[in-house]
Amino acid sequence: MERIVIEGTPKTPTISFDMASGNLEIRGRSIPENSIEFYKPLVEHLEKYAQKPQSNTNVNIQLEYFNTSSSKCILDVFKKLEAIHKGGSAIVINWYYEQDDEDMLEAGEDYQAIINIPFKMVEVAE
Amino acid sequence: MMVDIYDFYDKMERNNIMLSFKGDITSELLTSILQIMESKLDTMQEEPKIKKKVYNVLVECLQNLYHHMDEIPRSLNGNASTIEGEIIRSAIFMIGKLDNQYNIITGNYILTQNVDHLKNRLDEINKLTKEELKDYYKAVLNNGEMSDKGGGGLGMIDIARKTGQKLNYHFMPVDDTYSFFSLNIKIAQ
Repeated sequence: MERIVIEGTPKTPTISFDMASGNLEIRGRSIPENSIEFYKPLVEHLEKYAQKPQSNTNVNIQLEYFNTSSSKCILDVFKKLEAIHKGGSAIVINWYYEQDDEDMLEAGEDYQAIINIPFKMVEVAE
Repeated sequence: MMVDIYDFYDKMERNNIMLSFKGDITSELLTSILQIMESKLDTMQEEPKIKKKVYNVLVECLQNLYHHMDEIPRSLNGNASTIEGEIIRSAIFMIGKLDNQYNIITGNYILTQNVDHLKNRLDEINKLTKEELKDYYKAVLNNGEMSDKGGGGLGMIDIARKTGQKLNYHFMPVDDTYSFFSLNIKIAQ
């Protein structure tokens, strides 16, 4: 089982996925023009992880900005996780948003409405 | 070069234009524009909430341009080209702040045959209430369609949702084949 780290850039987030401990983190900004290319490796790793997931998977999403292109890819990531959750792995998605960032909170709630995984909205100070 | 530079300066000053660009829209250019705007918003000491909103809407406006502008022959721009059939991807973008309100203006050529489709989309979005926009966004998000360019059909909906304003647009016919599409987005505090 591996640990994948994709370092962030001005337009793409830092992704850290530790398959051994079942920890996935996406942090930073996600505003590439074409996000499909960027999220492809993570989606592939999740497919691999789905074959033998940990009994607990912990997901932390802390984004400052994400564009609409990314929002579709992030949904794809959540859908992979949903399948893993259905297969028996306990998953919680921690969705971080800055105090007063109603748009980011609302985005988390949008996903919460679509995806069958428990979401926790976590407010952080600016 | 027949340019009355003072006239330009005066117009931009009176509209409080912070940044403008006319030319080829590339990924690198967008990165630069976004970095400059972020820096300006910091310097202006805007509230984090407004800064984020303006930045988000800017990203969507610029990436819409990037994805959807049609290529045009250079000769359309009034430039003589030595290369037969040379095509370019040129657009215009401006952002200004006046009366506590940000204005983002984009302009690009579009094939006239594509005008109706775009106009209908914009009119559909403009008819929706805040709640309906939210539902529409979620429906399109979840429909699994993704263009090969990486667009998802969500950009305009997101802009309407974040600004709470109607999408203010204009189509101007240029010749038989091309029109000029302009979009004026307001972000009020």
